[in-house]
Amino acid sequence: MSSMILANEAVASFPILPALVFLPMVGAAVLALIPRSRPEISRQVAILFALATGVLSIFMLCQFKTSDEHFQFTVSQMWVSSLDIKFFLGVDGISLFLVVLTGILFPIALFAAKPDNDPKGYYAWLTLLMGGCMGAFLSLDLFLFFLMFEITLVPLYMLIGKWGHGRRVYAATKFFLYTMLGSAFMLVSIVSLAVLAKAGDNGAITFDFTKIIASDNLATGTGRWLFLGMAIAFAVKVPAFPFHTWLPDAHTEAPTAGSIDLAGILLKLGTYGFLRFGLELFPEATVWFAPVMLTIGAIGIIYGGIVAAMQKNLKRLVAYSSLAHMGFAIMGLFALNMEGVQGSVLQMVNHGISTGALFILLGFLYSRRHTYEISELKGIAKVAPVFAGIFTIVMLSSIGLPGLNGFVGEFLVLVGTFVAHRWWAVVAAAGVIIAALYLLWAYQRVFQGEPDEANASFPDLRISERLVMVPLLVLIVFLGVYPKPMLDRIAPSVKRVITRMELQVDGFHEPVTQGGSRLGPIKELLHEPSSGHGATEGSAESGTSNGEHALAPIGVGVIR
Amino acid sequence: MSIVTSILGQTQPLISSNPMNAAESAPILHLAGPSVDWLALLPLLILLVGGLLMLTFSSFLRGRAPKGLFATVTVVIAAAAALSALPVWARVQNWESLLWWTTNHSQPGAFSTVGGSVGIDGFSLFITIVLCTAVAMAALLANAYLRREDMEGPEFYVLMLISASGGVMMAMANDLIVMFIGIETLSIAVYVLAGMHLRRVQSQESGIKYFVLGAFSSAFLLYGIAMIYGATGSVNLIQIKDFMAVVVPAHNGFLLLGLALILVGLAFKVAAVPFHAWSPDVYDGAPTPAVAWMASGVKAAAFAGLVRVFVLTFSNYGATWRPIVYALAILSMVVGAALAIVQSNVKRMLAYSSISHAGFMLMALQASSSQGTAAIAFYVAVYTFMVAGSFGVATIVGRKGDGHHSLTDYKGLSRSNPVLAAAFTLLLLAQAGVPFTAGFFAKFYAITAAVNSHSTPLAIIAMVSAVISAFLYLRLIVAMFMSGGDDGADAPLPDAASRIRVPFSAGLALTVCVAVTVLFGLVPDLLVNPARDATPALVKVEATGAPMSSVTGG
Repeated sequence: MSSMILANEAVASFPILPALVFLPMVGAAVLALIPRSRPEISRQVAILFALATGVLSIFMLCQFKTSDEHFQFTVSQMWVSSLDIKFFLGVDGISLFLVVLTGILFPIALFAAKPDNDPKGYYAWLTLLMGGCMGAFLSLDLFLFFLMFEITLVPLYMLIGKWGHGRRVYAATKFFLYTMLGSAFMLVSIVSLAVLAKAGDNGAITFDFTKIIASDNLATGTGRWLFLGMAIAFAVKVPAFPFHTWLPDAHTEAPTAGSIDLAGILLKLGTYGFLRFGLELFPEATVWFAPVMLTIGAIGIIYGGIVAAMQKNLKRLVAYSSLAHMGFAIMGLFALNMEGVQGSVLQMVNHGISTGALFILLGFLYSRRHTYEISELKGIAKVAPVFAGIFTIVMLSSIGLPGLNGFVGEFLVLVGTFVAHRWWAVVAAAGVIIAALYLLWAYQRVFQGEPDEANASFPDLRISERLVMVPLLVLIVFLGVYPKPMLDRIAPSVKRVITRMELQVDGFHEPVTQGGSRLGPIKELLHEPSSGHGATEGSAESGTSNGEHALAPIGVGVIR
Repeated sequence: MSIVTSILGQTQPLISSNPMNAAESAPILHLAGPSVDWLALLPLLILLVGGLLMLTFSSFLRGRAPKGLFATVTVVIAAAAALSALPVWARVQNWESLLWWTTNHSQPGAFSTVGGSVGIDGFSLFITIVLCTAVAMAALLANAYLRREDMEGPEFYVLMLISASGGVMMAMANDLIVMFIGIETLSIAVYVLAGMHLRRVQSQESGIKYFVLGAFSSAFLLYGIAMIYGATGSVNLIQIKDFMAVVVPAHNGFLLLGLALILVGLAFKVAAVPFHAWSPDVYDGAPTPAVAWMASGVKAAAFAGLVRVFVLTFSNYGATWRPIVYALAILSMVVGAALAIVQSNVKRMLAYSSISHAGFMLMALQASSSQGTAAIAFYVAVYTFMVAGSFGVATIVGRKGDGHHSLTDYKGLSRSNPVLAAAFTLLLLAQAGVPFTAGFFAKFYAITAAVNSHSTPLAIIAMVSAVISAFLYLRLIVAMFMSGGDDGADAPLPDAASRIRVPFSAGLALTVCVAVTVLFGLVPDLLVNPARDATPALVKVEATGAPMSSVTGG
């Protein structure tokens, strides 16, 4: 584990990760300084900074070493010396695509929606939110992660509370307090962990993630309590079933860009947190809590689906569908095998893309009709065929139609869960059908039939609006047909997590398919690099040793 | 040293105007006066004498004082007092050099003077500097306020300086009597400050209320001191500590009762629940700049007293007093937060939130460790700026008559005064403990101290109560920024025309408060390191200068 930090010499010259975090924050500062008399340039400035960050994140994706399971581009700078708190950033296969997703979705959200009033503040908070999200995904210092996790609350609170609709103050306050309450437990857990683990040099306190996972100073019972504290925070953020009540309100009242980023990025902070600071930090507790978490995921899938079907408001419907989709992500994580965890990471990214796209489309809808009520909309496909067409693709991606991106993640999660805990997978599979039910039913009510008077003059999408959707549609199709480049990069890091879990937890073996080539614990496989399936032929670096992850062949094979 | 001489030794400087004479005449009286390290007492003397001189010289001006003179002089006096503490700090920390001046300490480290009744250590100096800052902030706020309310004159500043000197006395007290004198000097001046606004009935009421209840609490404190004296035969903290190190009393009922009474007296000053009932009324009624001083200075001094008596002296009775402080901390945090959110008056809100903050500091106190005292020092310093800034905004928004303090008066403040609203938002978020503000680190260190002393349940309760009180700060932010939501949508919003003028001095104070809150939030090391160095110590120093025994906290 000591080799966890590997400085990446090739791009060490340019601190790309700090740039990803600070560029949007600088943008927010610049925006705050724009004089009130020139509000119109704030949009350009915000898009400039967000786009630059997005391009940088894609540049990082190109530089990323595919087969390297360790953290790359790491940057470490002492911040609070007395408690060994560092400004420590790094990216691995797990966080890579979430960072890129952040880099892509924020500029699109900026392009897609405009605020009603006070654009300056709106854009400043949005760019600050982007920086906070980047920081949270990249932090490798527990304390820094907590700060970034918390700091995202303030911009979103302001965005919902000031630029939202209807009962926005209620929704914003509920969101803030719910999430802060969860974080309260996380802070105590983090502090206790640092104090108890004493993983620093000479037994000093440290918040360094890599040092803490390299040390084993935790008693079993303590680890479970600490995991519980972290889990509450993440479960609120995801949100998992009993902690979800803030989400529909926040989504419904948020402005379009707020909804896009909330659903697309911020919810992933929860599942990402589970993976990085749950599975990786507390392996024993994870195994112990896995049945509970699987059940929570399954309940989320079924409950979210049923409640979504009953919604009269389109935004609320999509919000509840998020609950169901994130249920899949949680389930995959706690299947604790390669398929499940990889599928879960894919599901996070895919949900970000398709739900983000759905919210953009709903934003277009709202700007035309000023309502989200299903009962007020009718026959839109007749008057706006392009809008209906794009909506159909995005919706099908969200349902999980094979060939589109939503399918891959859900399928892998179901396979992983089926192998590990059969009956949970059976229950979850029903959720896929419910998803088809509520989305298709809503589509039928909104788009089919003859448009009534109010909907007859519904203008179709403008060119600019169509262009905004293009990158998302490309991703939806590309990742649905060819997810292998993503899986190649995710797999090594996921394997690192699972291997560590097998080494740390007595009697735990990764649940794998019977009769497959990957039988037996990975411990043995580690020492005899197999020829694998030659699955890396298309990746940037061939001849790597990650051949034995049977995942890519499963995922790709089915789609072919 | 027998008890008699020690008491004479302590009372000597208080009754003799010139102790040096006493020292010279020692052979005749067979009674040695205590040695006094005047340099170490300089901060105390500057504040006290500065205040008195200001009062004297102002009578020559016959009301023709130029605008802002008294405030400027007060800030200068406070700055001088803070600066005069620096060489002593360098001596206590054994610094090789202080800026360009190379120091050469013959006797580095913490020391005591005036016959062991005044203790100079990192903690007392740190609190001294905090008190001086609080005075300066409150003076800047008071400048325009007093002019606005037609209360101009030196009295306000003089009382504040005298009160601050009492606070310094408390922070340096190595002797329960000195502590009592400090707390009385501090309090009596504050009673007058609370009732200074002659045209506001609430101000009169709050002055009386504070005085009556404060007198009660002083009686408790004094009674407790008497009990301790009865049990241990001394009022000197060093001797009490020495006594307890060698004697284990068979019946310690006296001692415990005394301890409890002292705790009541000091808990009243920090407004810990259930001794908090006075604070909302007093905060509401008292002139707002005086409240800024009360909330920051008085609290800092009282916590210094708590640290000296409980963490330093009675550390071996931790099993007895820690559970009580534990309970006080929980009550203060939860009750303070819960009652704050139902208030509709901003000053009362801030009063309850300050009770909740006291709970956090009590949490650090009950850790009874060096980490805990460092957390208190950090918290007190940060809190001074946060609360001075918050009440600074209340001072400005209060407008003529100091009466506009309801939540509706803050509605739409972001439209009329965007910068003021932004500054207030930042201070409120800092109080809520949002990351990248100093307030977050204050809470963080308090929690770390609690977790380190195996009080994790307390840490969890603290964080939950922080969430409850976050609702209060959000209500204020909502009122300023988001009016027109579901929270009184039909109320007319102010526009740029109803802009409140921000006076220069108050603006300066606010700028400093906001800047410091952000700075320590981004670079906490700047304050953490001094706070860690600010260890309290009970050190006995003989007249020759050699330390006899040394007892440090933790």
